[in-house]
Amino acid sequence: MIKLNVNGRIHRLDVAPDTPLLWVIRENLELTGTKFGCGIAQCGACTVHLNGVPIRSCITPVSTADGAEITTIEGIADGDELHPVQQAWIEEQVPQCGYCQSGQIMSAVALLRDTPNPTEDEIDVAMAGNVCRCGMYSRIKRGIQRVAGVQVFDPKTSQEVQHG
Amino acid sequence: MGKWTRRGFITAGVVGGSALVIGVAIRPGLQTPGLSKYVAGEGETLINAWVKIDADNKVTAIVPHSEMGQGAQTALAQMLADELDAAWEDVSCLEAPAEDDYANYALGKGYIVGDMNIPRVLVGSVDGVFMQVSKAMHLQITGGSLSIRTTGVYGMRVAGAAAKEMLVESAAEAWGVSPDELKTENGMIIHEAGGKREPYSAFAEIAGSKVPPSVPTLKTPDQFNIMGKEKPRLDIPSKVDGSAQFGIDVVVDGMKYATVNAAPVFGARVLKMDTRKADKMPGVVEVVNLDDAVAVVADGYWQAKQALAAVEVSWTNADGENMNSASLFDQFQSDMEEATLSGEANLDLEEGDTVKAFASADRVIERQYRVPYLAHACMEPMNAVARFENGMCEIWTGTQNPLGFKHEVAAALEIDPQDVRVTNYFMGGGFGRRSIADAAIQAARLSRHIGSPVKLIWSREEDVQHDYYRPAVASNFRAALDADGNPTAWENIFVDKHEPVEAPHVAYAIANKRIEYVDSPTSIPFGPWRSVDHSQHGFFTESFIDELAYEAQVDPYQFRRNLLKDHKRHRDVLDLAAEKANWSKPIGKNRGRGIALQDSFGTLVAEVVEVTVTEGKVKVDRVVVAVDPGFAVAPDGLKAQMESGVIYGLTAALYGEISIDNGRVVQGNFDDYPMVRMDSAPEIETYIINSHEPWGGAGEPGTPGTAPALTNAIFAATGTRIRELPVSKYEFDVKFIEENEV
Repeated sequence: MIKLNVNGRIHRLDVAPDTPLLWVIRENLELTGTKFGCGIAQCGACTVHLNGVPIRSCITPVSTADGAEITTIEGIADGDELHPVQQAWIEEQVPQCGYCQSGQIMSAVALLRDTPNPTEDEIDVAMAGNVCRCGMYSRIKRGIQRVAGVQVFDPKTSQEVQHG
Repeated sequence: MGKWTRRGFITAGVVGGSALVIGVAIRPGLQTPGLSKYVAGEGETLINAWVKIDADNKVTAIVPHSEMGQGAQTALAQMLADELDAAWEDVSCLEAPAEDDYANYALGKGYIVGDMNIPRVLVGSVDGVFMQVSKAMHLQITGGSLSIRTTGVYGMRVAGAAAKEMLVESAAEAWGVSPDELKTENGMIIHEAGGKREPYSAFAEIAGSKVPPSVPTLKTPDQFNIMGKEKPRLDIPSKVDGSAQFGIDVVVDGMKYATVNAAPVFGARVLKMDTRKADKMPGVVEVVNLDDAVAVVADGYWQAKQALAAVEVSWTNADGENMNSASLFDQFQSDMEEATLSGEANLDLEEGDTVKAFASADRVIERQYRVPYLAHACMEPMNAVARFENGMCEIWTGTQNPLGFKHEVAAALEIDPQDVRVTNYFMGGGFGRRSIADAAIQAARLSRHIGSPVKLIWSREEDVQHDYYRPAVASNFRAALDADGNPTAWENIFVDKHEPVEAPHVAYAIANKRIEYVDSPTSIPFGPWRSVDHSQHGFFTESFIDELAYEAQVDPYQFRRNLLKDHKRHRDVLDLAAEKANWSKPIGKNRGRGIALQDSFGTLVAEVVEVTVTEGKVKVDRVVVAVDPGFAVAPDGLKAQMESGVIYGLTAALYGEISIDNGRVVQGNFDDYPMVRMDSAPEIETYIINSHEPWGGAGEPGTPGTAPALTNAIFAATGTRIRELPVSKYEFDVKFIEENEV
């Protein structure tokens, strides 16, 4: 039995310990917002947070997540209130096909929590692991900068971002 | 605008003895029970095939196009809502079901003939003929950058305007006034003199029984309220919280999971397989021989994948098994040479007399270019869910071609198309790839075989190695220049012509042109890839014209401009791109600018790319795009498509190569088939010209100009002319001059 704490809910599952966390999240828990893209940690579509750290769930054995706190795209909004990064994604009209965006958003949320006002280089480094085949990189960057900007001018929202 | 037949909803004809042309008309709602059962709920009245107004005055645009990221569903809803005078906040979008009534006839028509003035010959089985032609032409159904300029212009706008006229007529009858006294806004019909104001929904039922007007009056651009305005995309909110449903997310009761390995050499079949090890692995339901592929069905994807790796398969020999990339290009070259010698090349275009022009040329410039096969690499690997039960098959997947999938699955299972139902989902990228039904057919066969629903998911490696590739092409050019460097003849021969037919043609005023092509078939499957033949010919023609400019010692922007005196739209986008990119200003050392022009899918695009080349590495700094789509229905959506098209084109130009070794694809995943990422993506600026010429497409025109603008910029920076893609094949011999040496 493996104990998974996903978005604050505890699940006890009988799965092979070497099963990648991605497939447990998608198939056993039916949380399908986290996507399969490459299976070898090259595209970032499967990014989730493990104890707050962004990881590629497609190569992370579920056993490593036993007892840890896992956050997926379904778990970052505060009830009905979107996370500021999600809101920025709507305002900048970031997604096209949208398939990579769960992973992009999870990487961006982690970046902004650790580096509330990232430089362009810091954004490049933090986001280089996430492929967007629709090529929305400039919008993703603007979305991140929009949240960063809000932090400077709006302390309330800033606080929310830091809570991640 | 063509004539619209009353009542009838399909007009079809054949042009030139072979090309099927089909027109779209509108149809009255209550006479379409076949459609009502799919799209009309309780208290709702179907007005016609593309608009639904429910009892709460909510308007649904029923859109016969799927969403793969291009945003066409929102733009089409804008077109319908504007002509209808609907309140935008009450408008939503529903994808039309995969039923023959929604077959995308407009697309076939727009793709094949490009205008509405066609002879009409009614065809009994329009669908059957259409599908045959579609298949033969590798036609995409949501594709060809056609949603706006065919379905939108000939379907949505007309449907919206017709519905509005019917509603107004109904209200006029009910109130006993003339329709001229009524006005419409925000989904309301208003009779000011009588102080009356009612929502459309009050008249929906009466309107639905009316025969639609044969030629409804469309708005002029100054009357547009919703078209041309920034409207947030309807699909975006669901794409930021994980709730958007893609084909890969579908869950069906009792579903098993499957994955496949197809024969690595195209055309090979399973000779024998040893499943003893796999059979015993946990969760495995069955190892299935699909003849050209081996599949494992299991309780979960991971179990299926693990077991598949444990199946030992040997494959039959196949024709292409000795083929490799070098031998393919050798074949192309010798087929072109042979055809030239024998005079048996196919003539594509001839203007003037190139023989004479070459005889009197001051100089002759000869160049050869080639581009490799490319995979689509949609972010969402190919997948489908199928349930075969009681002789009927349900398919849940994301497809650009739902109706085609229905027919192809039916054909593969040898059942009636009426017994196949396709439910479509968002696509995690399409780019042409999701017009082909291979994964859906595999899922259907697996479900029938094991007797329970199956979700088939391809690994990324399977997706890259069993694509329908953008074809590799070789293209050879010759030009004659006079003593002043002006081109007097343009000669081009290339291998394998597909669609669109005009892709190899250039607008440049060169008096004598001769373009030929040679069929040089290979065993590598090919299919439509974003911008189709423009993706190759855009690189060839815009590289060659750039080379001619340098030979003539004329600025490459001015050189193009001088040859476009009769093409105002072409000149205007070139001028705008050059101006915004500060073309005439010096750019600094190790840097270069390149320009390219594309006329594709009814839209003009000029791109200027700026690069810095240091230590042999190319960094793309900035891309300036000037685009004239006729009219930008969704301006931000158009910009997003330009950005997307540029990045897609850059990935291909910089890194894209599917190479063949002993008949198999070498690359397999993003580690050896790399992508442009955040840290290598340039700034992209898009400037729009609304020329009000016929409306063009958006999904593809941004792609083809990117490669030549990039390689022209690299030439400007380094003096190295790239004639074979991708750029990563080259090492740049840049001479570095230290500041103190100058």
